[in-house]
Amino acid sequence: MSFASASRRKSFGSALTVAAVFVFACLPFLLGHLAGSSAPYWLDVLNTVGLYAILALSLNIILGHAGLFHMGHAAFFAVGAYVSAILNLTFDWPIMATIPAAALAAGLLAGLVAWPVVHLSGDYLLIVTIGIVEIVRIALTNDIFGLTGGPNGLVGISRPEIMGFRLTRPQHFFYLIWGLVAVSVLLFDWLERSRFGRALKYIREDVVAAESMGVNTNKYKILAFVIGAAWAGLAGTVYASRMRTISPESFNFTESVFLFIIVILGGRGNQKGVLLGSFLVMGLPEIFRGFENKRLLVFGAALVIMMIFRPGGLLPARSPGYKLPEPYRSRYKRLPDLSSGGVFNGAGSRANGPNASASEGFASGQAAAPSSGSGESSDSSKVISVDVGQDLVK
Amino acid sequence: MALLSLQKVTKTFGGLVAVSDVSCEVSSDSVVGLIGPNGAGKTTVFNLITGSIRLTEGDIFFDGKSLKGLRPSRIVSLGIARTFQSIRLFQGLSVLDNVLSGCHCRMRSGLFSSLLHLPGQRREEKAVLERAMIELEFVGLAHLFRSAAGSLPYGDQRKLEIARALATDPRFLILDEPAGGMNEQETMTLREIMKAIRKRNITVMLIEHDMSFVMHVCDHLLVMENGQLIAQGAPQEIQKNPKVIEAYLGLEDDDE
Repeated sequence: MSFASASRRKSFGSALTVAAVFVFACLPFLLGHLAGSSAPYWLDVLNTVGLYAILALSLNIILGHAGLFHMGHAAFFAVGAYVSAILNLTFDWPIMATIPAAALAAGLLAGLVAWPVVHLSGDYLLIVTIGIVEIVRIALTNDIFGLTGGPNGLVGISRPEIMGFRLTRPQHFFYLIWGLVAVSVLLFDWLERSRFGRALKYIREDVVAAESMGVNTNKYKILAFVIGAAWAGLAGTVYASRMRTISPESFNFTESVFLFIIVILGGRGNQKGVLLGSFLVMGLPEIFRGFENKRLLVFGAALVIMMIFRPGGLLPARSPGYKLPEPYRSRYKRLPDLSSGGVFNGAGSRANGPNASASEGFASGQAAAPSSGSGESSDSSKVISVDVGQDLVK
Repeated sequence: MALLSLQKVTKTFGGLVAVSDVSCEVSSDSVVGLIGPNGAGKTTVFNLITGSIRLTEGDIFFDGKSLKGLRPSRIVSLGIARTFQSIRLFQGLSVLDNVLSGCHCRMRSGLFSSLLHLPGQRREEKAVLERAMIELEFVGLAHLFRSAAGSLPYGDQRKLEIARALATDPRFLILDEPAGGMNEQETMTLREIMKAIRKRNITVMLIEHDMSFVMHVCDHLLVMENGQLIAQGAPQEIQKNPKVIEAYLGLEDDDE
C-alpha cells in the first residue's frame, strides 16, 4: 500500500463520514415518509440512544481513557437532572440556563467523592462507585433537603427553549440530543489528542510509570471524574426537560450497568466504539421487542464472549495518528511500518495490546469493515484529525 | 559540587532493613555506578530518590532541595528521571506516545486548552512532537515511532525507556540495569548512547551487573551489600578493594 493511496482512502473516508452525518441529520424527515405514524416512536428510540451515547461518551473519559472502573455514572446523571429540575421548578430558571449549574454540581460531587478513593485500584474502586450510586438514589428517595420530592420525584419540568423556540416534539429533541452527541465527540476527540488525554492513557496503561514520568496521577484521575461527571450532569438536564418528570428509579444501579456495558462492549477509549455500543445496547432491544426482556441475559453472554475473544471491545482503542512536524514527516514517511501495518488507513488497532494476536481470527472479519473505508463510521473524528494536522503544519 | 546528596538514608519494610544509614554524594556531570549483589538494596535506593517509596529516616537533597515527602511526579519536574529494572513502558501505546509521556511535565496546557485546542496548545504540541522525535533519533528508534511499544525487541524497549526518561529534560538520570537482557551488540550501542548522554551534561547514576559495562562507563562506583554502603571510589580502586572482591566481584569471577 503506497502512501498516496492511503491518503486518497483517507479523504474518501472523510467524504463517507460527511455523507453519513448528512443522512443521519435528515432522518426525522426520512422516517416521516418511511415509518408513517410510528415515526415519532422511532425518533424517541433514537433520542434515547443519543442520550445514552452522551452519557457513555462521558463515562468513556473515566472508564475508557483513564481505565478507572466506575460503575456509578447514573449518580452524576441524577444530580444533573435533579439540580436542573429543582432550579426550574422551585426557582423558575429557564431549563437551558440550568445547564452550567447542573454540570457544576455533578462535577463538584464527583470531585468530592473521587478525592478520597482515587488511589484505589480496579475492583475496589468499582465497589465504591456502586456505593455512590446507591447513596444518591436513596438520598433522592428520602426527599433530601425537602427538595427532591421523594419516591415520586419531580413533575412538570418545563420544555427547553432555544432563542424563543420551544422544543416539544421528538424531532426537536432529536436535533438537540444528537447535536450534543456531535459536540461531545468533537470535544472529547480533541481532549484525547492532547496532553490531558495522553495523561489519562498513561494512567490506564501503567500508573506507576505514569507517575514516574511526571504525571500527577491522583490529580488527573480526579479531573477525569470531574469532566465525565460534569458532562453527565449536562445530559441530566436534557433528560429532565425531555421527560418532564424525573424520579429516583430513573437513575438506579441498572442504568449505571448499562452505561458500563456500552463502553466495555463498544470499545473502551474508542468513541466510535462507544457510539456503536449505544446503538447495540439501547437501540437493538427496541427493534427486536421480544428480545427486550432477555436483554440482560444476552448482554451478559455477549460480554463473556467479548472478554474471551475481543477484550478491547468491538472497536478497540488505538493511538491517534500524529502529524509530525517537518523535517521528521518527510524523513520517516516512506519507511515500512514493522508492527502496526495499517495505521495509515486506521486499521492499526490490531497491533494494539497484547490481546491482538489471540483475537486475530475473530478480528480480521470485523476489522476488514472499518479498514475498507476507515472514516465511514458516523462520527467526525477523521475530519478533525486532518484539520488538526494541517493546523500543526502552518 | 554535589548534585545529589543522600544523608543517613534508611528504609525499613516492617522488620526488614532494606537500606541502612547510607550517606553519599553524586557530583555534577559524572556517571556513577551503584553495584552490589542481588538484594543489597540498590533498587530501593533508586526508589527512595525518585520518591516511589518513602524514606524511613534520613534525607535526600537534590541541588540543595530536600526531596523528602515529594510526589514522584514532582521530583521528575525538578529534573530527576528514571528507567525501571523490569521494563515499564506503556505497552499498548505507540513508541511516540511513550516518549511524549516524558514531555508531559514540561508542558503547560491545561484542561480547557486541551478541550478546545487553543492556539497555544497547538504550538506546544508541535514543539513536543519535535522534542520526542529528537529523543527517538538520539537512541536510534525514530523509524519505529508508530509501532506499539510492546512489540519492540527487548533491547529496543530498554532504549525506548531511556528516550522517554530523556524527554523529561532531566539533569539527573537514573538507570536501573540498562544493559539487562541486552546482547553484546546492543550493549555496545548502549555504551555509545551513554557517551552521548554524558556530552549533554546529564549526570547519570546506574545499577548494572555487567561489570565490563560498568568499568567502561562509570567514573565513580558505590558498592552496597546488605543495605549498607561498603565502599566507594574510582572503578580501578574498587576492583582492588578486598571487601568488594569478597562481597561481589569475587563471586562474579568464580561464576565466569
